Amino acid sequence: MAKHKISVTVNGAVREAEVESRLLLVHFLRENLRLTGTHVGCDTSHCGVCTVRLDGEPVKSCTLLAVQADGRSVNTVEGLEQGGKLHPMQEAFTEKHALQCGFCTPGMLMTASALLERNQNPSEQEIRQAISGNLCRCTGYLNIVKAVQYAAEKTRGAP
Amino acid sequence: MKTDAKICGMGHSMKRKEDPRFIRGQGNYVDDVVLPGMLYMDIVRSPHAHAKIKKIDTSKALKIPGVLAVIDGPTLEKYKLHWMPTISGDTQMVLPIDEVMYVAQEVCAVIATERYIAADGADAVEVDYEPLAPMMDPMKSIAPGAPVLRKDKAGKKDNIAFHWEAGDRAAAERALAACEVVAEQDVYLPRIHVASMETCGCVADFDAAQGKLTVHMTTQAPHAVRTVFALVAGHVGLSEERIRIISPDIGGGFGGKVPVYPGYVIAVAASVVIGKPVKWIEDRMENLQADSFARDYHMKVRLGAKKDGTMTALSIKTIADHGYTNASANPMKFPAGLFSICTGSYPMKNAFCEVDAVYTHKPPGGVAYRCSFRVTEAVHAIERVVDVLAQKLKMDPAELRMKNFIQPGQFPYKSALGWEYDSGNYPAALKKAMDIVGYEALRKEQKDKRARGELMGIGICSFTEIVGAGPSKDFDILGIKMFDSAEIRVHPTGKALARFGTKSQGQGHETTYAQIVAEELGIPAADVQVEEGDTDTAPYGLGTYASRSTPTSGAAAAMASRKIRAKAKTIAAHLLECSEVDLEWEPGKFFIKGVPGKFKTIQECAFAAYTNLPAGMEPGMEATNYYDPPNLTFPFGSYICVVDIDRGTGEVKVRRFVAVDDCGNIINPMIVDGQIHGGLAQGVGPALYEEIGYDEEGNVFGGSFLDYYVPTALECPTWETDKTVTPSPHHPLGAKGVGESATVGAPPAIANAVVDALSHLGVTHLDIPITPEKVWQQLRKAGAAL
Repeated sequence: MAKHKISVTVNGAVREAEVESRLLLVHFLRENLRLTGTHVGCDTSHCGVCTVRLDGEPVKSCTLLAVQADGRSVNTVEGLEQGGKLHPMQEAFTEKHALQCGFCTPGMLMTASALLERNQNPSEQEIRQAISGNLCRCTGYLNIVKAVQYAAEKTRGAP
Repeated sequence: MKTDAKICGMGHSMKRKEDPRFIRGQGNYVDDVVLPGMLYMDIVRSPHAHAKIKKIDTSKALKIPGVLAVIDGPTLEKYKLHWMPTISGDTQMVLPIDEVMYVAQEVCAVIATERYIAADGADAVEVDYEPLAPMMDPMKSIAPGAPVLRKDKAGKKDNIAFHWEAGDRAAAERALAACEVVAEQDVYLPRIHVASMETCGCVADFDAAQGKLTVHMTTQAPHAVRTVFALVAGHVGLSEERIRIISPDIGGGFGGKVPVYPGYVIAVAASVVIGKPVKWIEDRMENLQADSFARDYHMKVRLGAKKDGTMTALSIKTIADHGYTNASANPMKFPAGLFSICTGSYPMKNAFCEVDAVYTHKPPGGVAYRCSFRVTEAVHAIERVVDVLAQKLKMDPAELRMKNFIQPGQFPYKSALGWEYDSGNYPAALKKAMDIVGYEALRKEQKDKRARGELMGIGICSFTEIVGAGPSKDFDILGIKMFDSAEIRVHPTGKALARFGTKSQGQGHETTYAQIVAEELGIPAADVQVEEGDTDTAPYGLGTYASRSTPTSGAAAAMASRKIRAKAKTIAAHLLECSEVDLEWEPGKFFIKGVPGKFKTIQECAFAAYTNLPAGMEPGMEATNYYDPPNLTFPFGSYICVVDIDRGTGEVKVRRFVAVDDCGNIINPMIVDGQIHGGLAQGVGPALYEEIGYDEEGNVFGGSFLDYYVPTALECPTWETDKTVTPSPHHPLGAKGVGESATVGAPPAIANAVVDALSHLGVTHLDIPITPEKVWQQLRKAGAAL
């Protein structure tokens, strides 16, 4: 199996590796870099538990090859907390009980935090649309919607 | 609330102790476990529902660098490990010798140094099958003269897995014959799958030097698994004290992680034979196609009543399709689970139900999908047929329910099928739900919309659950009684460690159990460390499913705490130099009656337990309780669903969903609401979308997320939840359990709403999932499709 040298900026740090052509990005993150916060939940790009951000865009890392991330920037759940301070979305998820088993949570956080960057005041329908590629089997989604609204308020500095 | 926010006992919406690791991506799920020298396993599965295996050619697979071994049936046969019992006491192949019995059955397993190489190896294994005719229809399978499927069972002459019944058949028939009106309805609940976001898997690690097996695995019942492993593999030297099951963070369970699947056993065998840790993680298609399904109940329901709507008799005859083997996770005395709760919230005097379980060439199962042993089937049957009766009598479904409910003064209520309902107030719950939803206004809106040709429906479900298995006189799994446990240690500095026989899969036990200890001992919940899931450290218990954690281990936490409090009281009297009878308790401290300034805190008592004891007292501050519940608990609720239907596409949109639940006293309101929200979504799924179906050749529909539709945020409405509180009289905290109520109660509410929307078109029933196509066919038939 052919191997390729890749260089990927992961959560701000340059990571270099020699990988097989077929290695999925999610396995590169989980197994080569031991960033196990990104999970695997299906084989068909439906569940979204593997969601990371590639050059800022939320993507399903089970449907990308590691070589496709060469020269690009990847952000995972492990990079959300900065300098010991939780991302507003992380705080909001705890505050609004937007997680139970925690398995979908990292992907959900990555999608929701990307939404908030493009739209600081999303409507309920926009939130539901944005997270509709991320399945959750525990929460029934309502508290996730509330968490995104809460984080949006905090980010806007609303009272 | 008895405690303040600092102590955070019952009734506080304490933020979860689990969350800090999960929001950082630092959970430890089974696929996160990596051990030195670990190998990977991938499973070759059957593409046929029924076939003879003529040859398994592993030569190409074994030539792949990194492939170390292929384990097949004959390999396991050498160790007599090719068969295993199911948790229902039936039998199933771990790996086949010469015949496969369902699509996706495990045929052999490839062990390799890397995950991808194991998959390459599985692809390279060549299996020569001779396809045989599959039996996919349970009605054909049960018919006389059908070919016998389980030829492995000596003397087996039919395809009946079991027959079970409850109640008085003759009396129910007599009562039905005397009824002025009988509502009859065939109700089918199809196969569905829990589809937890994490699939199943394990890392089996056999340490030959110590002769010790450690298995990190996705199990809801680690102790039960340990015992089963010891019973099954005792003959090859696996002894229970040298088996350790570790259930790490679990990414959702819902019943699907109760059974022992062949993959676990093969991984264990591989680790024992090769002497290295072996990881096996299912992919989603394996998970959906091969792991235990739920439901598959074909029910014939008859509900008899007087003309005024008074219900008097019920009979339900069920054919249950169990697939290749009965792999249900039911208590032994209840092979059809707690299906006999089917009289529901109504005091009918005569009832009878029976279940014939049938083998077919489908994957094995009969586990729950977030419900307490077939309660969903029972509730769907009764709540659907109550609406059929209402339609027949031209009565409002709310009025019919109100007229019939068991009244608050009738509790404890003995049902016709033998259960003693502990407590309830059914009219109050329905009244509250109707007030919240604005029932009368909705009926008017519906009338107006109908006049305009628009379709909307209102559906009610007033369910009674039966959870918390269970009292040891009746409840066991493979002989092991269904108590559960708590072990609490209070350290000298007043902090505590509490361990349990249950295992959270997202329910928040680390928080709620800590709150129970806080409630009883006054030690802040923040100071109570909760641990579960490691059989080497946790006390024995049967695990978490059937909404049993609060009824069993939650009760055990209270009882163990009370033992500690009793000891602390003796110590406090010693420290205060008074008699115990002079002491009063408020959360966190004992004080001398009438002298509130003279007190000793629980933390001071804990320190004294290790430093300054009364003469003759045993040091330490620990207690264990194995709680054997005196009865089950009976949570209930009334749900009202409002749907709108698109006449062009047949699509059902859940506009509103009001859920009034009563789970007795509440430990953490935030977590209870979260459980209900999630359960409701898992009610929307089966009601409208989810089904695992098969064609006549045994090919599966719904075997991946491409066509097994799990509801997204777009299909779920903004849930409207509220409560009534009717404590359980026998649970030490008055709690009942809540994890599954919503999954049980939601599907009939949704189905009733859809039928209600279409009732003026002559529709009296639709089986779930009520897909757009099913609705559109009805609309077309009635000439109402756009």
